[in-house]
Amino acid sequence: MEFALNVIPSGGASGERMGLELMVAPLSIVVVEPDPDRARLIIDALRDDTNYEIHVVADRASLARRIVQIEPDLVLVDLADPSRDIIEELTLASGPLERPVALFVDRTDTGLSTAAIEAGLSAYVVDGLTQARVKPVLDAAIARFRLMQRMRAELAETKRALEDRKVIDRAKGLLMRARGITEDEAYSLLRKTAMDQGRRLPEVAAALVTAADLLG
Amino acid sequence: MRVATLNIGFVPLVDAAPVIVAQEMGFAAAEGLDLRLHAAPSWASARDALSFGQVDAAHMLSPVPVAMALGLAGGGAGLEAVSVLSANGTVVGVSERIADRMRGAGHPFDFTDATTAGRALIAATDGPLRIGVPFPFSMHAELVYYWLSALGLPSPQSLIVRTVPPSLMPDAIGAGEIDAFCVGEPWGSKVVESGVGHLLLPGAAIWAFAPEKVLATRQGWAEAEPERSARLIRAVWRAGQWLDTVDGRSLAADLMARSAYLGIAPELIERALSGRLTIGHAGEVRTVHRFIGFHDGAVSLPWRSQAAWIGSRIAARTGLDRAHAIQAAAAVFRSDIHRAALTQAGVDLPPASARIEGALQRDTVVTSQRGPQMTLVRDAFFDGGTFDPGFL
Repeated sequence: MEFALNVIPSGGASGERMGLELMVAPLSIVVVEPDPDRARLIIDALRDDTNYEIHVVADRASLARRIVQIEPDLVLVDLADPSRDIIEELTLASGPLERPVALFVDRTDTGLSTAAIEAGLSAYVVDGLTQARVKPVLDAAIARFRLMQRMRAELAETKRALEDRKVIDRAKGLLMRARGITEDEAYSLLRKTAMDQGRRLPEVAAALVTAADLLG
Repeated sequence: MRVATLNIGFVPLVDAAPVIVAQEMGFAAAEGLDLRLHAAPSWASARDALSFGQVDAAHMLSPVPVAMALGLAGGGAGLEAVSVLSANGTVVGVSERIADRMRGAGHPFDFTDATTAGRALIAATDGPLRIGVPFPFSMHAELVYYWLSALGLPSPQSLIVRTVPPSLMPDAIGAGEIDAFCVGEPWGSKVVESGVGHLLLPGAAIWAFAPEKVLATRQGWAEAEPERSARLIRAVWRAGQWLDTVDGRSLAADLMARSAYLGIAPELIERALSGRLTIGHAGEVRTVHRFIGFHDGAVSLPWRSQAAWIGSRIAARTGLDRAHAIQAAAAVFRSDIHRAALTQAGVDLPPASARIEGALQRDTVVTSQRGPQMTLVRDAFFDGGTFDPGFL
């Protein structure tokens, strides 16, 4: 048994928000909950003015397969639910997904919640399913997820910039030796070639380095 | 002696017996301890409760402290094993569909020979073999990988090991989500009772002395609380000793059947404790010598070499440096703390804390730490393999 529910961005109708909303894909959330009444409660707690796509998975036997298919941004599961270990496997660094997990707790469990959130593992929603409790923790989990995403993107960008710099330096060195020119002249030559060919400077540099390596 | 209260996490399984018995049979009280036992719904939550300080110690899968030491799971404080709670006690089972095929091909379901059982299982599978285990870092997963890769089934293309919580194992096998499973009792017997699966092997047929569950504590806790930790180690050791007596085996099932613990029929718990397992819903019974061990053969000692074996297996699968993994793993099996706690009480242990795993093809008498003779039990792997941790 499974049903999916798309929560259409209700605020999206107003013109000034449209532009922003279009940039952001709806946040996809899987709610693991066999009890339809509780699932309804969770959906109601989430259905606010935010752009969510909520999938409720009630059949836990197929949970892993469904999560891999849906590729959600967030998974919500009761802390007391044994299927938490399934989510644990899916969120392992070596696993198919890299997702934060938000867990519902029915009783006040403050110590663990705070510690777990600080550790960045997961967000524990405390004390029932009231909207007032669910929303802030969910927001915190989403914010953390976005931050992690941005940090990963920035890290990748920094790494690429460093690699670009390395290859440009090598290309400059090759040109300086081969043509007896200065470093500035070598750089100008690379830049001009890149502009003439409509390619990125690091690409031209990389091509030169590769060619030089091949030639010996 | 002032009574100290300790909070202990456990997952409702037959092999949680030592911590339950320690409290219920007065072994904790004799050490001046009152154990508050907290049932955890999943291994991840038991681990987090311990890691974040909600409980002082927990019944834990032996590979979890190792995986955490390798940086593979969990975000809180690292864990260490101060005792081994049980050796073996798991079962491998298959879906009715696979069981029918295996029977059709002449497999006798002898519940003994891991080589023929494994070959028959591989032959009965079309496409990748999907096996459910309770947790990514579990002896169940290690046994399955060891067993099937030794028989030539390469992973991951042809072997999919998937996490299925024990209580959901009957559903998963019934719904055809998995072809086979390795799980701790009473969940294998539950699958049989549900009529959706057939037992194929005891875990002990793959490795005769696999450290299954440990008593885990937060890194540094045992040293910061030397008195309490030593009392806890001794109380649990005495519980294990009692559990390996005839009386213990027959009484423990009723005790653990209570709703605060396993909350299921004592008859199902008795199967594992007696080693007499019903392997199919037609009622075929197989008897397994040492299906689960709590004491005999120095079960409680966390051998550094056991941790090293686990560490080297996980490292090979996840691409970590093997030598570093072995070192990090061995450091979290605290044979030193275990030995110190028991030596105070005059308990005798093997003289070494590391050995070549899998070397004992039969029960072997050795000279103990104090001089007299003691018996170490058979610890062979099904394929005769041995593991030298490299630091003996």
